[in-house]
Amino acid sequence: MIEIKDLSKRYGNFQALDGISMTIDAGTVFGFVGPNGAGKSTTMSILATLLLPDSGIAKVSGFDVTKHPKEVRRRIGYMPDFFGVYDRFKTDEYLHFYGASYGIARSEREKLIPQLLELVNLSDKKEAYVDGLSRGMKQRLCLARSLVHDPEVLILDEPASGLDPRARIEMREILKELKRMGKTIIISSHILPELAEMVDQIGVIEHGRMVAQGKVSDIQSRLRVNRVLHIRTLARQEELAAKLRDEAHVSRVLSDANGIQVHFSGQDVEQMQLLRRVLDWEYEVVSFNEAQTNLEDVFLEITKGGAAT
Amino acid sequence: MSLKNKAGGGSLWINPVLDKEFRLRMRTPRSFVALLIYVMVLGLLAIGFIYVTTGLQDQQSGGRFDPSVSRVLFYVLSIAQLVLIAFMTPALTAGVISGEREKQTLNILLTTQQSSSAIVLSKLFSSLAFMVLIVLATLPVYSIVFLYGGISPSQLALVFLFYLFTMLLLGALGIMCSTIFKRTIISVIMTYGMTMFIFAATGVAYLLMLAIVQQSYYSGTVPPKYSWVGFILGLNPVGALVSIFEPGISKQAFLVNSGNLQGKAPIALWLQFLLVYSVVIVGALWVAIRRIRPVRRKRREDDFDAPNNGASAGEVAEMKPAEGMKNDK
Ligand SMILES: Nc1ncnc2c1ncn2[C@@H]1O[C@H](COP(=O)(O)OP(=O)(O)OP(=O)(O)O)[C@@H](O)[C@H]1O
Ligand SMILES: [Mg+2]
Repeated sequence: MIEIKDLSKRYGNFQALDGISMTIDAGTVFGFVGPNGAGKSTTMSILATLLLPDSGIAKVSGFDVTKHPKEVRRRIGYMPDFFGVYDRFKTDEYLHFYGASYGIARSEREKLIPQLLELVNLSDKKEAYVDGLSRGMKQRLCLARSLVHDPEVLILDEPASGLDPRARIEMREILKELKRMGKTIIISSHILPELAEMVDQIGVIEHGRMVAQGKVSDIQSRLRVNRVLHIRTLARQEELAAKLRDEAHVSRVLSDANGIQVHFSGQDVEQMQLLRRVLDWEYEVVSFNEAQTNLEDVFLEITKGGAAT
Repeated sequence: MSLKNKAGGGSLWINPVLDKEFRLRMRTPRSFVALLIYVMVLGLLAIGFIYVTTGLQDQQSGGRFDPSVSRVLFYVLSIAQLVLIAFMTPALTAGVISGEREKQTLNILLTTQQSSSAIVLSKLFSSLAFMVLIVLATLPVYSIVFLYGGISPSQLALVFLFYLFTMLLLGALGIMCSTIFKRTIISVIMTYGMTMFIFAATGVAYLLMLAIVQQSYYSGTVPPKYSWVGFILGLNPVGALVSIFEPGISKQAFLVNSGNLQGKAPIALWLQFLLVYSVVIVGALWVAIRRIRPVRRKRREDDFDAPNNGASAGEVAEMKPAEGMKNDK
């Protein structure tokens, strides 16, 4: 559905994209993550036909973004990271305008727009001027706008940025709904846990290069070589910490008021053996668990000085 | 070119961008304030003129206001209106694209199915429509002139057509600057700069050149049929406008030997103005349409034709939904 190959873009003598490649299948929700300035927005602008790449190919549904921009525009819904609205429009007029811009007949729009407003929970704001909407509402309105022409592909550049936690959850629910509708979605963010539960795949970009790409679980397990164990005891914590430092597979031990953190490079079997040993030493263990490696850690791990390239 | 495609398709008049521009423009009080100020300036000028001339004549003819004076009033009003247009049009057009860019609405508009020419031309036409509205609102001021006679309605119509052309010219330049320059303030400055050039620089250049040419003109044994200095005045809107009321001006501008009754100006000033600036208008619009979306740098040779061919092919596919909308309204 989306195909990017060796895409490069430079601004002056700054290489913003440096031969990036990725493929996203139809119906996939693709999380595009990377630190500030990595080149996420640049990639998305190229896909949205707003920017021309210096070299490389970007295709949407088989149409090249530079050769057939009209065909591409017909198939994508794009939500930029920063956008403005025409303040003096009412909410439904705003959607009517974009609907008309895609050549949708008025009778059709009359049916469509209430549905879209329903989807983004703005039905009660139909008559309100866009000017008076809150940030989160404008964001949802913009999302509704990107859906007017029923695009196959959605390109969402940080759709939840600047939203409060509640609005983020609402945005996430809407995106899940869109996923159920079978849209191919590419969504960027630097807040990773937010993506974790709804994306099928992630691509991690840094300095204009793709540093890791694949299923969330794959990338997570790749990093599980270095797991963190969390041990809490009723007493003699410092003594145990000192003993653990001499164990095999243990690279680092931290001890504080919350308990002991052990950086452990062994697999499940070694982990089990370690637990057995601690119990054999007759320490009063309250808990022994493996800290969840979340996307945040994955992200920090991968982008650690770009070493993973 | 793309210009013809759009207009020929007939979809331009119900174009959504045009519709949007009309609605949003009329929703600001600013538009009405501009209209009010404009009509007031012109009205005060007319009243002031009548006051001064009748005052002066009081001593001689007992306060009569005869047709020859009303003719002068017409000229004064027409030139004043032209200058007002020169002030208003850049203000209305120099920000239409860059303003959307600054408000961050342009990106979204560019990802819709609207073609570059539809966006540029709709924005131009909506601004010009507003200017036309303003100029029509000044018609009552002209009624003073008709009250006293001395001017024919057809002359007035010609003058208004000339205004329309001047607006189109300044509007096209404004929209071009608005597309090229990222920031509205720069675009506004550049558009006023170009307007100043067209209005003032050509006039000054004419006067300078005239002084130089006149010195050497009659020194030759056989005076030439006409002098090229007239072509400079033909680039000046005021010169061109005056040549509409007083066709004899063209002859004088080209220094056609006044003794020679058969002598004719090589071209009427207004006609030259029309021809030269038509090319400028088309050029400016072409640049604006090409530059509003990123330009393909590769394959520079066939670039000249490719985007237009592409556009017309696309336009055919687009025609259906556009037509559907028309039936709908
Ligand atoms: N118009 C521009 N001119 C010059 N440099 C630019 C321009 N746009 C982006 N850049 C540079 O290109 C790099 C990539 O920018 P981009 O906006 O794609 O990053 P991003 O991954 O979206 O970052 P963020 O998470 O902050 O949104 C940045 O270093 C930025 O400074
Ligand atoms: Mg960004």
